[in-house]
Amino acid sequence: MSTGLKPKHQRLVLVIVALVVLLGAGALAAYALRNQASYFYVPADIAANPPEVGQDIRLGGMVEMGSINTADDGVTVHFVVGDGAARVPVTYAGIVPDLFVEGSGVVAEGAMNAEGTFVASNLLAKHDENYMPRELEGMTMEEARETVAETYE
Amino acid sequence: MHGFANPARFLRIAKWLTPLCLLAGLVIFGAVIVYGLFYAPPERLQGETARILFIHVPTVWFGMAGWTTIALASLAELVWRHPLAALAARAAAVPGAVFTTLGLLTGSIWGRPAWGTWWVWDGRLTSFLVLLFLYLGYIALAGALDREGSNSRVAAIFGLVGAVNIPIIHYSVIWWNSLHQPPSISTSGSAMAPEYLWGMLGGALGISLLFGGVVLARMRMLLANVQAEARLRRKAMGAAEGLAS
Repeated sequence: MSTGLKPKHQRLVLVIVALVVLLGAGALAAYALRNQASYFYVPADIAANPPEVGQDIRLGGMVEMGSINTADDGVTVHFVVGDGAARVPVTYAGIVPDLFVEGSGVVAEGAMNAEGTFVASNLLAKHDENYMPRELEGMTMEEARETVAETYE
Repeated sequence: MHGFANPARFLRIAKWLTPLCLLAGLVIFGAVIVYGLFYAPPERLQGETARILFIHVPTVWFGMAGWTTIALASLAELVWRHPLAALAARAAAVPGAVFTTLGLLTGSIWGRPAWGTWWVWDGRLTSFLVLLFLYLGYIALAGALDREGSNSRVAAIFGLVGAVNIPIIHYSVIWWNSLHQPPSISTSGSAMAPEYLWGMLGGALGISLLFGGVVLARMRMLLANVQAEARLRRKAMGAAEGLAS
């Protein structure tokens, strides 16, 4: 060993260098995939980069408060998906999942029509990271979050 | 660390530690399941389906902890040539794969009522499925090497390379839009009511003890195999020498 390193230290350096290279490659791949690996577009993406009419995409965001409107036929729902930056009106005909409520997350599969409305063929509810018992149900999301934070501290 | 390098010393400690871990793990995890099924309150939006959390999150964590064990043991094998490291990595693979499978199954069962689908190809679910495939590949590779009596360290290299997937699983819900929700607990606090948080952490404690117990039991078994083989080889050598003289 002309370097004066013990074999075990040589191996350690080799493994660390290999791991750094590997993690770098992984990070680069993840960075390159940042658009493709996303499961859905948010309304801001749609506003910035409007998809073609009829092109199949997924739209995800929050169902705006007070926006759910059931049509007279009883199965068609109209609602607005927003992300704080942009809003997209959505229409869907079919049975909605249990967690589909105003103020909660949703992922809709479908396409934009010529009028700028997103016509969904499938709805998936997106649960958020909050877990709260029913006693907190009457509170708003903010109050409940504070209650949870206080009890946890 | 090298205090445990002596297999005889390891066996002495593992002999009483194995049943202790398994028993404590069964009792604690059993208590968490009873709590989760009968005492935890229904969740505000999800209702009764939230109860699967107490099994899903701990099994998923230890699906990932299993590979972290493989990676650390592989590092110890490659760099320090620790005599028990290869056994520890091989011993962690099967329980890790079992927990990963349980995590995928419980998540799928929860996803049907909560999301409206059994499975989607989002970043979290896909990277976690890749973890299961990595386990299956590792088990097959390590098994093939051991059957051939090879001293090759290819399995350790595979264990280290596969560890790249662990941070990808963790950050998949942060880097990319995904259907799976972001983590409920982080260094800045918890978005979970204490009823759920403590049950989940109790479940994780139980699963960690079960995982530790199974790894120790499997290490003892693998060590016994090695010793039995060495004894057979010595006997065969002795017989061959006896014939030659």
